[in-house]
Amino acid sequence: MTEPILSVRDVHKAFGALKASDGISLDLMPGEIHALIGPNGAGKSTLIKQIAGGLTPDRGTVHFEGREISGDTVYERARLGLGRTFQISALAMQFTVLENVVLGLVGESGSVFRFFRPVMKDPAYLERAHHALKRVGLQDHAQTKTAELSHGQRRQLEVAVALTLEPKAFLMDEPMAGLGAEGSKALTGFLRELKAEAPILLVEHDMDAVFALADRISVLVYGKIIATGSVAEIRANPEVRAAYLGDEEVEA
Amino acid sequence: MLRETHLNGIILLALLIVPLVALALNEPFIITLATKVTILALAGVGLNLALGQGGLISFGHAIFFGLGGYSMGILASHAQSFTPLMEAPFLIEGTNLMPVIWIVAIVVSCLAALLVGLLSLRTSGVYFIMVTLAFGQMFYYFAISWPAYGGEDGLVIFVRNEFPGLNTLVPIQFFGLCFAVLCAVLFFVSKLNKSAFGLALSGAHFNPERAETVGIDITRVRLVAFVISAGITGLAGALFADLNRFVSPTMFSWHTSGQIMIFIILGGVARLYGPIAGAAVYIILEHYLGAFSEYWQIYLGLILLFVVLFAQGGLIGGLSKREAAHD
Repeated sequence: MTEPILSVRDVHKAFGALKASDGISLDLMPGEIHALIGPNGAGKSTLIKQIAGGLTPDRGTVHFEGREISGDTVYERARLGLGRTFQISALAMQFTVLENVVLGLVGESGSVFRFFRPVMKDPAYLERAHHALKRVGLQDHAQTKTAELSHGQRRQLEVAVALTLEPKAFLMDEPMAGLGAEGSKALTGFLRELKAEAPILLVEHDMDAVFALADRISVLVYGKIIATGSVAEIRANPEVRAAYLGDEEVEA
Repeated sequence: MLRETHLNGIILLALLIVPLVALALNEPFIITLATKVTILALAGVGLNLALGQGGLISFGHAIFFGLGGYSMGILASHAQSFTPLMEAPFLIEGTNLMPVIWIVAIVVSCLAALLVGLLSLRTSGVYFIMVTLAFGQMFYYFAISWPAYGGEDGLVIFVRNEFPGLNTLVPIQFFGLCFAVLCAVLFFVSKLNKSAFGLALSGAHFNPERAETVGIDITRVRLVAFVISAGITGLAGALFADLNRFVSPTMFSWHTSGQIMIFIILGGVARLYGPIAGAAVYIILEHYLGAFSEYWQIYLGLILLFVVLFAQGGLIGGLSKREAAHD
């Protein structure tokens, strides 16, 4: 049996009386897209923060490639190869598109404490940065200020920056949000290609995209995973219907 | 509108030409003013690395300015009185050699910044400002209450320290030395800003979450920037003490921190040459408005208010075409 890349085991996290994570277990296997869905307030963001760093579980562990990372900082997890994109684009808006990507490369290569070589003229970085931009279709915007990008382009840039990390797993928080039909279709195709490189834990509201992409789906409600299974299994699961999907939507 | 790089060239050239003209016109006081601008600009370049590039609003840079000053004062006073600083466990004597004093000033400032930074960089925003301010006041009151080196009265050094091959008591020669130091530091900082480190530092400023997510330890990056920044301001402190041949606890006071910050705001935050323009305007105002009214700082306040409200790029931003502030 293959080992999961990312493994969340019995994670608990409470904020006062609110149990945001109530014994969550979840695996991300090589080569798969594992979608995490759930209504607002189900605890998706809390779970993501415990996987990516920033929040430490009260109980339970997170393993990445067999190594426990529950106590590691955000940057340590990134250096291990956990590539993350944000629900609300987290980019340096004052930077050009290219600078954002090169910043990713600087982090990835651990060359932060180089004080003299001009980084924006380093051919090795530039080649890799342009390659990443080309893959997401932003090659013509390398010199554009990030603040001037459209919402959809910022999402593409998020992915490009994540690509520079050459991650062993992606953690994507609603990459389709606000993209429009055309944009989410393009991104859906791209993510399908990408999963061969590294598995993706995908948190997404766009059900069409989730059903089109996911190999497995886990449904999170009130801090608990109520079901995990294939698209067909989740569609057919009565508990999921009741809690989240709503009968009409499934029948439609 | 000028390109920012051209404007920078003009500013630096003006700073060089004014004292040369003053020399020709036999106006040594103007040379001294230009030297003062050069040294204060240097202190501002140091703070600007932390404040502008790194977004670390340190209200405690007077600590490093003062430590630089006292490094000079203590070493030179011991050289003056021919008494060693300490004899056991090993002998440390005073010196009146500038290069040695500079190295001591830089090392002492960097070490202090390491300590202050380790404690204060756990906080951010207003708390960071307050913690650095508090550290500054600690150093200030320590200097006041330490009688061995003059306490509240400060230390007078009778002869300016020496630099091999120069007569530092000749105003134009001392100016040239300070100017050369400023140019060297500008070169160093401009390299730094364009390096991987510079990108990581502005990345951590503009979007800390992003920088961490690509694997950058932002606290370490900020700490290193803070230490380098302090080293530069410390060097400026040593030169400033040598300019006045006097050090006093005032160098540690929060007014000094505020003053260095004003140079940056006037000139343009995160603009490499901003502190030069800012310090020049400040000194010119202090000198000419100061002659006209004792309350010249009211006018300074008005100008500062105008800059903050209407011209956030400061002088450099106002006079040059928009270029990326982090370039």
